[in-house]
Amino acid sequence: MTQNDVIPAARRVALAREPGRPGVSGAVQALITDFFEQRGDRLCADDPAVLAGVGLFHGRPVTVLGTRKGTDLEQNLACHFGMPTPEGYRKALRAMEQAEKFSRPILTFVDTPGAYPGLEAEARGQGAAIAACLARMSTLTVPLIAVILGEGGSGGALALAMGNRVLMAENAVYSVLSPEGFASILWKDSARAQEACELMKLTAADLLELQVIDRILPEPPGGAHTDPAAFWRTVDTALRDELRRAEKLADPARHRQRRFRAMGNDWLSAGKETI
Amino acid sequence: MNDWFAARRQRMLRLKVRREGERPFTPRLSAAAPVFEQCPRCKAAVTRAHWEKNRLVCPECGFHRPVGAYRRLSMVLDPGTFQELDPDLAAGDPLGFPGYGEKLAGLRRRTGLREAAVAAKGRIGGLPVVVAVLDSRFLMGSMGVAVGEKIARAAETAEKARLPLVIFCASGGARMQEGILSLMQMGKTAAAVTRFREKGGLYIAYLTHPTTGGVTASFAMLGDITLAEPEALIGFAGPRVIEQTIGEKLPAGFQRAEYLQEHGFVDAVVPRDEMRDTLAKLLRLHQKGGVRRDAE
Repeated sequence: MTQNDVIPAARRVALAREPGRPGVSGAVQALITDFFEQRGDRLCADDPAVLAGVGLFHGRPVTVLGTRKGTDLEQNLACHFGMPTPEGYRKALRAMEQAEKFSRPILTFVDTPGAYPGLEAEARGQGAAIAACLARMSTLTVPLIAVILGEGGSGGALALAMGNRVLMAENAVYSVLSPEGFASILWKDSARAQEACELMKLTAADLLELQVIDRILPEPPGGAHTDPAAFWRTVDTALRDELRRAEKLADPARHRQRRFRAMGNDWLSAGKETI
Repeated sequence: MNDWFAARRQRMLRLKVRREGERPFTPRLSAAAPVFEQCPRCKAAVTRAHWEKNRLVCPECGFHRPVGAYRRLSMVLDPGTFQELDPDLAAGDPLGFPGYGEKLAGLRRRTGLREAAVAAKGRIGGLPVVVAVLDSRFLMGSMGVAVGEKIARAAETAEKARLPLVIFCASGGARMQEGILSLMQMGKTAAAVTRFREKGGLYIAYLTHPTTGGVTASFAMLGDITLAEPEALIGFAGPRVIEQTIGEKLPAGFQRAEYLQEHGFVDAVVPRDEMRDTLAKLLRLHQKGGVRRDAE
């Protein structure tokens, strides 16, 4: 890569939040044919912040899942700016179940600041809904490829991202909490978000090094929103390649369990000599 | 011979409880310490001995004070059965976060804990069990790599030994200082307890004050049976964040154990004096409660 290597993390956070940033709706348009959207969690509601459906990816049926921010203010509000409610995660869970039943690989596209922190969301079990997604993803017998497109914020993002392979757009960010939240918790000062960006290791390059992600999807100079078509071509090629490999896995569930079992283990020690 | 080991185990646990002190950062009982301690809620003056006897529950108003991990184990395990698992497990500093190392070192000195979780094998009501306990005095019981690993190993130990698993949760969520790797522990722990359960193991989640964030959104909400201590705060987002988002005050009792039971997320709110008997009964009801023989 070229000058992109020196883009500061704070700049990438801004790029990841760019209003015109390609999202899951764009992915469906660019990569999927014969798409059929599935709505509702079959319990009480439909959350537009999660997109779920079936379609063909190069002629092969796949389940597509993603978080959606909406393209105008009305949609933004309906989608809580990309923050899913428990109903959204339960819709995702339903789509995962069906993918397994019909032996379809799952492609997920993540762009969310996090799960929605609201009163009803808590009353209906936001934590339980996310936990259920994580538990189910750990046992799915079909391959799951996750793509972090924009913001990968906290548990709300991981709830769709326990992939056999996790890909990440070059200017996307993925972190335990937003830089603002991080600064607010650790320093009681959300104004120090810039500083947090540099410290948090939230860029694609950092996460590749930490083995949290497996592959970086290069973006056009200036960011994916400047030339979405070119960006989707890159994603298309990468996904075909990844899917071909993932379908050769003898036991995708075990593979996923092992992948997440190893997370952070390089940092473990059992002796007295640690920090 | 067995008695000798049992006595030694009991001494070990008693020692660790004593190191824990009675409340955050009171290293140990000393002659100079006041005999009375006020209840943080109703302000009643209660003698230390009474607090102790009453399992740190206020005899006047029923307020449940936080309990350290070793003390919790001493309350639930049959005397002389405590065997700690992976006592030395710890993790590094993946972000190179300024001051994190010193902070951990200080907490280790003050609490006698190595990390925010303790796991042990033991017996409850005569039945063998694996118990893990999170301790809110250690960085709010936050889940970093070491805590995630302890929980995963506890589930794996229970799986191999065909024992039931009990986890006492108390956590502010993911450990910010370890960044994204903390988030990944949600995947690690959720997968570990799920695997254990799918093989037929009984997992009882016991939610204590507070259980929030990434712990709620992973292993805490995946129990076959979910119990909670009275008035424990349990939720995903913290109350302050929700108030900021919706721009209004939250109703009284919101996100408390009783509220979760009302909304269908907790089987029973169990006061501390019934904790041990309830667990013993559940273990009895599930017979051995471990992984089935045919599930290899």
